[in-house]
Formats: sequence, C-alpha cells, structure tokens
Amino acid sequence: MSKRESFGSICPTFDEGEAIVSAAVENDVNRRDFLFLATGAVAGVGAALTAWPFIYQMNPDAAVLALASIEVDLSSVAEGQEVILKWRGNPVFVRHRGQAEIDAAKAVKMGDLKDPVARNANIKDGLDATDENRVVGGKEQFLIMMAVCTHLGCVPLGDSGEFAVVQGNTKTGGWFCPCHGSQYDTAGRIRKGPAPQNLAVPPYKYLSDTKIQIG
Amino acid sequence: MSGPSKYQPTSAIGKWFHERLPIVAFAKDHAMDFPTPKNLNYWWTFGGILAVMLVVQIITGVVLVMHYTPHVDLAFASVEHIMRDVNYGWLMRYLHMNGASMFFIAVYIHMFRGMYYGSYKAPREVLWMIGVIIYLIMMATAFMGYVLPWGQMSFWGAKVITNLFSAIPFVGDYVTTWLWGGYSVDNPTLNRFFSLHYLLPFVLAGIVFLHIWALHVPGNNNPTGISVKGPQDTVPFHPYYTMKDGFAIVVFFIFYGLFVFYGPNYLGDAVNYVPANPLSTPAHIKPEWYYLPFYAILRSIPDKLFGVLAMFSSILILLFLPWLDTSRVRSGKYRPIFKLEFWVFAAVCVALGFIGSRPPDPTYVMWGQILTVYYFGHFIILLPLMGLLETPKPLPSSISDDVLAKSAMAK
Repeated sequence: MSKRESFGSICPTFDEGEAIVSAAVENDVNRRDFLFLATGAVAGVGAALTAWPFIYQMNPDAAVLALASIEVDLSSVAEGQEVILKWRGNPVFVRHRGQAEIDAAKAVKMGDLKDPVARNANIKDGLDATDENRVVGGKEQFLIMMAVCTHLGCVPLGDSGEFAVVQGNTKTGGWFCPCHGSQYDTAGRIRKGPAPQNLAVPPYKYLSDTKIQIG
Repeated sequence: MSGPSKYQPTSAIGKWFHERLPIVAFAKDHAMDFPTPKNLNYWWTFGGILAVMLVVQIITGVVLVMHYTPHVDLAFASVEHIMRDVNYGWLMRYLHMNGASMFFIAVYIHMFRGMYYGSYKAPREVLWMIGVIIYLIMMATAFMGYVLPWGQMSFWGAKVITNLFSAIPFVGDYVTTWLWGGYSVDNPTLNRFFSLHYLLPFVLAGIVFLHIWALHVPGNNNPTGISVKGPQDTVPFHPYYTMKDGFAIVVFFIFYGLFVFYGPNYLGDAVNYVPANPLSTPAHIKPEWYYLPFYAILRSIPDKLFGVLAMFSSILILLFLPWLDTSRVRSGKYRPIFKLEFWVFAAVCVALGFIGSRPPDPTYVMWGQILTVYYFGHFIILLPLMGLLETPKPLPSSISDDVLAKSAMAK
C-alpha cells in the first residue's frame, strides 16, 4: 500500500503527515532509513569487537606460553631403549635406534610413504621425509619426536605394528596407535591407518654430543 | 492450544494477578487442559521421563559442585573425596553418573519412537529439529562431564574428541589450541569444561521449553499418525497423561535405581578409576556407550578428515530426516516395508555400537564399514525410495474410530 492511498481520513495523523513529507522529498529511501542502517551497522561492529576478547581469552595464556624448554641427557638412553618425556604438556619419544631400524627406515622408497614431508621443525618446511631429514645433525641413532598420534592425539605404542623390524619373536622400532590403528615405521613415518601425517619432530638442538635441549 | 483459556480466576487476588501476569492460565492450558490424543502408548512417556532426568541431573550436579575441585592435581582426589567422605556423596555421584546413561537410554527410545511413528513429518519438522539440537547439546554436555573426574578415560577421551577438530583444513590446529587453552588437554581445558558443563544444562532447559512450545502448536502425534479431528479424539493432559507419565517415571526410576544401587559402575569404564596420565594412553580406549555407534563410524573411514566428517554427518543427517522420508503416511504401523526396514536400521545402530566397543581389528573395521554404508543408505537411499515404492495399508478414518475398532476386536 502506498502512502497516498492511506488517506482514509480527511485529517492525517502526525505520523501520516510526516510520512507524506519524507515520501515527497525522497520517494522511498529517506534520511531516517539511512540513520537506522548506520546505527545498526555501528552497533553490529561494536558487538563483534566486544565479542573478540571473550573468544580470544580461551587461547593459551601467558603462563602456558612461558614454556620451559627441557634438557635431555641422551647418554642415559641405551640402544634399543625408548623414553617418554613431557614437553609443553605433551609426551615426546626419545628413541635410541639400532642399526637394523635405521637400515629399515632408509630402505623405504619415498613413493611408499603416505606423508612424503619430513615434518621436522628443525629443517626447512616441505623437505622429503627421508630418514636423514627426520633427525637433527646427522645423528641417526637418536630419533626424537612428539609421541602424539597425528590422527587424534593418542600416544602410540613402541616396538609394535606392521612396520617394526622383526627378529625372531621380537619387534623393534615402529609404532602402533592403540586408539584407531595407525601404524608408523622405524622413522616415525605414517604408513597405514587413519593418521594423515608423520609423527612431528619438535624443535631441538644438541648442546653437546650427548645432550639436547627441546624447545 | 485450541480455543480460549478455560482458566477463570475465582479469588480477588487471583484475578488481580491474572490481569498482570497470566502465568497460572498458561500453566493450566499447557500442563493440565492441553488436548492430547487419547491413544498415546507408553513409548510416548519418554518425553516426560527426559524432562525429569534433566531435573535430576541438574539437582545432583549442583550438589556435586559443592564438593568438587576443578584442578588437574585435585580433581581426581576430590571425586574420591565425594565417594568416601561427603555425606551421601556416593549416592549423589552414582545418581549423576548413571543419570547420564539413563538420560541417553530415554533419549534414544524417544528418538526411535519419533522415527517409527513419523513424528518428524509435517507439521512437526521444527519440533524434530529442535530435538536434534537438544541431543547434540546433550552429547557435548555429557562429554564435558565425563572429563571432570580426570581419570585416564576422561583425559584420553577429551584428547581424542577435541582432536577431532584438528581435522578441519588449514585452521584445525588453531582451533584445537583454542579449545585446550594450551598445547594439550591440561588444566585450562579442565576449567573451561567445568564451566560449560555447568552452563549447558540450563541452556538445555531453555531449548526444552522451545521443544514443548513447538509441540504445543500442532499437538502430539500419535500411534496412528493421523491428525486429531476433533474433541472426541483427545483427552486433557491432566489427569490422563500426568498419571500415565507418572507411572512410567516410577517404573523408569526402578530401572535407574537398579543401576545406582546394584551396578553403579556397570555402564562405566574401570580405567577411569586410574588418575589421568598424559604420557600413557590406555591400551583400549573407547567412549561411553552412548557414543559408540558414532565412534564406530569414525573408525570405519581410514582418513582423518573424512572420518570426522562422516561422524558429524551421521548425527546432522537427522536434521534433514523430515525431507528425506518421502512417504506421506506418518505412522510406520501402516507402512509394511518401512516397518521391517525400521527394525533392520535399529539393529544396525546397535551393531555399530558393538563394533565401536571393540578394538580396531581388521574384521571389526570391515563390519564397521558395511554397517556405516547401511546407516547412511537408510537415510539417503532407502527412506526416499520406500516412500515412493511401497503401498501403505488403509488408514483408519480417525483416532477415535481406531480406538473403538480395537476395543470391539478385543470383545
């Protein structure tokens, strides 16, 4: 219904009178519409800006971010042994690999890998997941990586799975995640199951020949 | 509610109050006089049972919070303190813990009843969709509650479930860090879960109000699926259904009591009585029984992103149910093919639950995959096709006729 048709009575009400004036001046879109939209937009932006601190407060706080790095003495980890340490609330594998495990990892063709990227925080992004690129400083015997399955975060079990080195009845190296069945090889690379990525290698450096600092 | 309110305040003060806030009239219209189909069977009592269970969970929960400490170093011990030291603490906790399971038993029966009798069909689509949202919030609430005792299963369940969000492309890692408030499930995570676990039941109560509002617009569906045609088809909610629901609630409480007093840990996992250890995943982790079918679907797909997508879709597909079912006949009673298929589907859901409780061995994974295909096939292929292909049986002319025909047969 247009404004002009609403003149039922001879004497228009105040509202109707005002409507006639603004309609006559600017047809449909008038100054009031503009003010409504502008006010609404300011309120909307204000609401969004106010919401931000309420959302952002859930991110890691300063105490969590002030992370202590940890030092590990590798000489206490014997060959074939694996220790699990805690860093940033997450478990880390420190594994002293035997030669058979290293050889098995090196024998794998790049084409057979589910995730061909090294996932090593200490080297350039996107390099191949060769066995060399999974360790730091060419120290192949020490494989240090997050003990967090890249599927849903469980701790994989060591010396198990289809990609361990089998010698008689014992398995060495290789990891199997008990939660959803992901299998990692002796270099911690994903080979089978739902996990999308190789076990991540955290940032660490050698302080001396047998001592490293993670973080 | 059809027609004007029957409430007439008699006292002067009642009249004075009614003119200012007609809440008594509202309560009388909706909780007492509400015209309800006279043929509702006991499957219809689970709505009332659910409302009571929500109240039970809120009351026992408020009491537990008086004694619980949400901190990674103290939470586990505080739950044991509730069990051993707090007066009737064991009762409050077992009521709350088993109450969650009872809540889910009732909600599953309520949902399958809706599916069998076509309660999601026009004009009740919005009612059904609000119900699906209630179910989703229930799942989130129960999950966060399970984390609070900070046992091994609490911790690893939290880790696995929150890690589901890391499957989101590009921003997944930021989302999980945001959810955790750190780099892993830790004290900030426990604190926020506690806060939300306390909040969400009250949100649920609000949405339940909307659910009942949406129910009271078209009124109840009924076992014949045909609409109410007049006053001869209905009885007032009170006393007929307050009594019927009340009886069902008492029977349900006996069932609930059997678990609380004679098998309080039967539905739980013993591993959750081991304090959380972030360095060691239990050999066999699995969620609480009520999530198992969805967990089986997650594990059936050997890809992280698609597994997570399949799991969420398996729940969200329920939102589309009103439009996936092409049959215009509501009640499964009059749909010979659907009636059989419904029970196959129900069995598939139970079987998926069984698979979800097993370790991820190849045989179980394969069965999980077959059942997952059927689960989705039910919604995407079978429901639309059955509606088009099957010839429904003749419907009774009214609810009243159906009831009278039955009582005549009984004689």
